[in-house]
Amino acid sequence: MARIVGGVTSSHIPAVGNAIAQGLTQQPYWKRFFDGYEPAKAWLRKHKPDVAIVVYNDHGLNFFLDKVPTFALGCADTYDNADEGWALKPVAPFKGHAPFSWHIAEKLVEQEFDVCTCQEMKVDHGFVNPIRALYGTHDEWPVVTIPLAVNTVQHPVPTALRCFKLGKALRTAIESYEEDLKVVVIGTGGLSHQLQGERAGLIDVDFDLECIDRIASDPDWLTRFTNSQIMRRTGTEGIETIMWLVMRGALQENVKVIHKHYHAPISNTGAGVLVLENTFV
Amino acid sequence: MTWTKHDYEDIPGTYVFDGRHAHGSYPVNKLLFSFCDEANRNEFDRDPSAYCDKYGVTGRYKALVLEQDFLGMLRAGANIYYLAKMAIPRGTSVQDAGARFQGVTTKEFQDKLLSKGDGLEEKLQARGGYWIG
Repeated sequence: MARIVGGVTSSHIPAVGNAIAQGLTQQPYWKRFFDGYEPAKAWLRKHKPDVAIVVYNDHGLNFFLDKVPTFALGCADTYDNADEGWALKPVAPFKGHAPFSWHIAEKLVEQEFDVCTCQEMKVDHGFVNPIRALYGTHDEWPVVTIPLAVNTVQHPVPTALRCFKLGKALRTAIESYEEDLKVVVIGTGGLSHQLQGERAGLIDVDFDLECIDRIASDPDWLTRFTNSQIMRRTGTEGIETIMWLVMRGALQENVKVIHKHYHAPISNTGAGVLVLENTFV
Repeated sequence: MTWTKHDYEDIPGTYVFDGRHAHGSYPVNKLLFSFCDEANRNEFDRDPSAYCDKYGVTGRYKALVLEQDFLGMLRAGANIYYLAKMAIPRGTSVQDAGARFQGVTTKEFQDKLLSKGDGLEEKLQARGGYWIG
């Protein structure tokens, strides 16, 4: 049977991809941010997950604002990266696992999460940059991936509690699949940031650190916040932090904290890396 | 017709991209989305006014697009992620836009961001368990 070895979180901002592509990761501005990924990379090398389910939001590559699914699951054999308007060279295509995706879709719908199934799905920086930061850049990616897109762009977006419950349903879906697969769930985005308006540039370090610690030990805490309360503290784009709860919901109640890393600022954001391991007791 | 009010509308200096904003700015966001395709970017550059007409971008939105007034477009409801597809290749970063919202220079905006990292190591140590580097 498939089992979840743990969960990882990562920022997904475009600047991370640019820094990697331009070889800037050891420059003073970036060094501490990227060095803090090393323990997460080592954990992934040790456990070698077969499949990474990447929870992210699309920023206008695969989805336009004409049709915005709250939750959308990739159900294809491959996922292409593409030009987002900046004329950057796309990274290599990502290999998927269609039968596993369709199993997950069926089990989510059975549990009343009526997810949008996508047989073609372009993946943007929100998906690509965490993979690059955690695995490096490859012509052939070292892990099979399944994209799970959450709408955090056009409100109404799902609540923190709903995302946490999605994670729990995702756990049931994964653990009921008959292949012996090791799975990691990657929650991306956040932490606090606001890109627009007179309040642009907001970063709330104290709230970010509280989120990291509580998501590890007491995720119910964050599920009690409304989206308005979260945006008030973390900024409009900081709402992405709710996607960390999808990752957390997919894990066991008590997890081993392998790694906690926080850096601010990176571009306009507070950026966090959290590695949580299922203990299988 | 009445738009429902929300409890996030009193957050200062903040424009939540909800139905009310997305509805009014739909044509301009559609134009911006089209810039994912290089052929469309080139078509826009050849005749920006005709391109706006093709996407139904009219009135004040059209004027803002033709003037490449990115801040004005944001204020008028363009989505920040979609605007980035037009603004960044034309030399206006998201930080430039943020600085202009606040009426400061980009350098001042970046310095303010950098100051958010002040005392970070002490905070991480006080909380415990964090990678310090």
